[in-house]
Amino acid sequence: MATRATHAHVRDLAVNLTLRELKGKYKRSVLGWSWSLLNPLATALIFTMVFKIFFAAATPLGEPSGLQNFPLFLLCGLLPWNYLANGLNGATESLVANGNLIKKVYFPREVLVVANVASWMVPLLIEFSVLSVLLLVFGNFVLPWLPLVLLLILVQTGFVLGIGLILGAVNVYFRDVKHLIGILLQALFYATPIVYSLSQVPEQASLFGLEVPVRSLYRLNPMVPMVEAFRDVLYDLRFPPLGDLLYVLGWGLACMAVGLLVFSRLEPRLAEEL
Amino acid sequence: MTAPVAVSVENLSKRFRLYHERNQSLKASLVRGRRARFEELWALRDVTLDVHEGTTLGLIGKNGSGKSTLLKTMAKILRPDRGRISVQGRLSALLELGAGFHPELSGRENIFLNGSILGLGRKELKRKFDEIVSFAEVEPFLDTPVKDYSSGMYVRLGFSVAINVDPAVLLVDEVLAVGDERFQRKCKEKFADLQADGRTVVIVSHDLGAVRNLCDEAVLLEDGRLERAGPVGEVIDHYLGQVHRDRLDEGGLGARWGTGEGRIERIEVLDDRGAAAVLRTGDPAVFRLHYQTPEPLERPVFTMAVYSVEGIHVTEPSTRDAGLVPDKIEGRGHVDLRVDRLLLVPGTYDIGASLTDLTGAHSYDVRHRAFRFEVAPGTPAERHGVVSLGGRWEGEALE
Repeated sequence: MATRATHAHVRDLAVNLTLRELKGKYKRSVLGWSWSLLNPLATALIFTMVFKIFFAAATPLGEPSGLQNFPLFLLCGLLPWNYLANGLNGATESLVANGNLIKKVYFPREVLVVANVASWMVPLLIEFSVLSVLLLVFGNFVLPWLPLVLLLILVQTGFVLGIGLILGAVNVYFRDVKHLIGILLQALFYATPIVYSLSQVPEQASLFGLEVPVRSLYRLNPMVPMVEAFRDVLYDLRFPPLGDLLYVLGWGLACMAVGLLVFSRLEPRLAEEL
Repeated sequence: MTAPVAVSVENLSKRFRLYHERNQSLKASLVRGRRARFEELWALRDVTLDVHEGTTLGLIGKNGSGKSTLLKTMAKILRPDRGRISVQGRLSALLELGAGFHPELSGRENIFLNGSILGLGRKELKRKFDEIVSFAEVEPFLDTPVKDYSSGMYVRLGFSVAINVDPAVLLVDEVLAVGDERFQRKCKEKFADLQADGRTVVIVSHDLGAVRNLCDEAVLLEDGRLERAGPVGEVIDHYLGQVHRDRLDEGGLGARWGTGEGRIERIEVLDDRGAAAVLRTGDPAVFRLHYQTPEPLERPVFTMAVYSVEGIHVTEPSTRDAGLVPDKIEGRGHVDLRVDRLLLVPGTYDIGASLTDLTGAHSYDVRHRAFRFEVAPGTPAERHGVVSLGGRWEGEALE
């Protein structure tokens, strides 16, 4: 019975901390929550300008949907990417930013990371809703695919949360982590098919006279099948390859398992290291 | 002593790492091949104690003696390195009021947020909401962001949420002194209710007067070891005896300045049995200033200042105001301030002393808050404020 009450309490706490993050996010800004939508739209606009006009990139054709629209193609990859980037950055800072709380009150510390990631999931859901409306307007009937989108978000959350738990705890011990993660995310952004499509990545390339299987290496990045799956479902309107789904699911579960393990190792001394 | 144990501490040891260079950077550790060098500091060593249900226990000791560490370990914020702590029932720790308040959120939102951080469920919070609000006296500002609260309102709200967690075991770190006089009295009443209700309370405080008033038992920690445990009066007296000796050895702890032609060597407090660290309200007392002058000093003035531990300047008698100015002093000697009836209410007080010339413009030696002493309850039996007027109540109704 005691553990039952504790579970309910931890859930309440997670909800309240998430609400705190959400309410605090756009307080005192005139446009408030609209920023959550304006941000990806502005990014999509900038990338469209750069890649469509300056680079004259071809707009990928959705198959079998027949949709050919560069901003929508971008947004299908950009939204899950933003979730990853915001979630990891936020999770990294979440424990240090709440240092005072950790030093003064006992509660399960992982709730802070969970609340931070959850606070990025809420705008993601709103953004996906708006994107779905846009896709409908442009003739993509995405409604039957939305349950699969939710499932993909869930898998990605396991991924973000697991890594976030590690980064958040390690950042307490080494404050470099937050700087390092900025650079790594930038590299990963270009190593993920967001502003281009997977078909533009060469199968092979020669580097220093060596033939390197670029595409196969590239595909090891779990964000590649992740973003591809979102795009399959929303832009192309087709079922993602089962292998890809299993691969990202494996990553999600593995990240959660390792994340929880590492966190439980680092947790006991958090209050003294902060 | 048959009450069940509420908090049991067994062979508890806690170690901290003291880093020499506190730069938490990866570079530093890569260069050194590992993480920053550190020294170990045992903040608690092999502490064993039981707190029985319904007891109010005071943890006392000097700064760095480990009392806050012990409290935080009881609160599960710190994890013991050795030994065990077990707590029966719900625990609430008042270490910092309003920890976790979000400045941009309203008072109402922060009550729910802070309450759930402290361990209250949503239903419970809803039930207690009105009580929390009325106790904190913030009704008109419930929908104002707490960043616009006065500091008094902020701590009142923090205290109100924390105390309404309704804990079986309450841990308190110096936080009863919040808000204005009126709110403090309210806090103390609430506190007394909890005690009367049989809750277990553990207090860390430097205010020995408060510990003596509030607690049944006390534990004295020294360098992380349990030095003494027992009834509160006994432990405090033991501690004051120690502090008294330490102060004399160290020559006081407050600031000291002056040109040095004459020096206040030491301050002594005596009751009718001799040197004392504890005086009693209403009893006679002597404050003795020992001086030493290498050269003759003409027309010197001795002044003694008394401060409450909260910093209230209580009084400042001087030999000049009493019209007693010697033509000359030389060598060693002492002057006494003899008090027939000490009219300070129970609490902790600090004394400073100075030796100056007649105008007060030239300071030979000024010692600020150099000596600390304690006043225990006596007659008149008063508890609030700083001084007693030493009056007697009369009237037909009272006969």
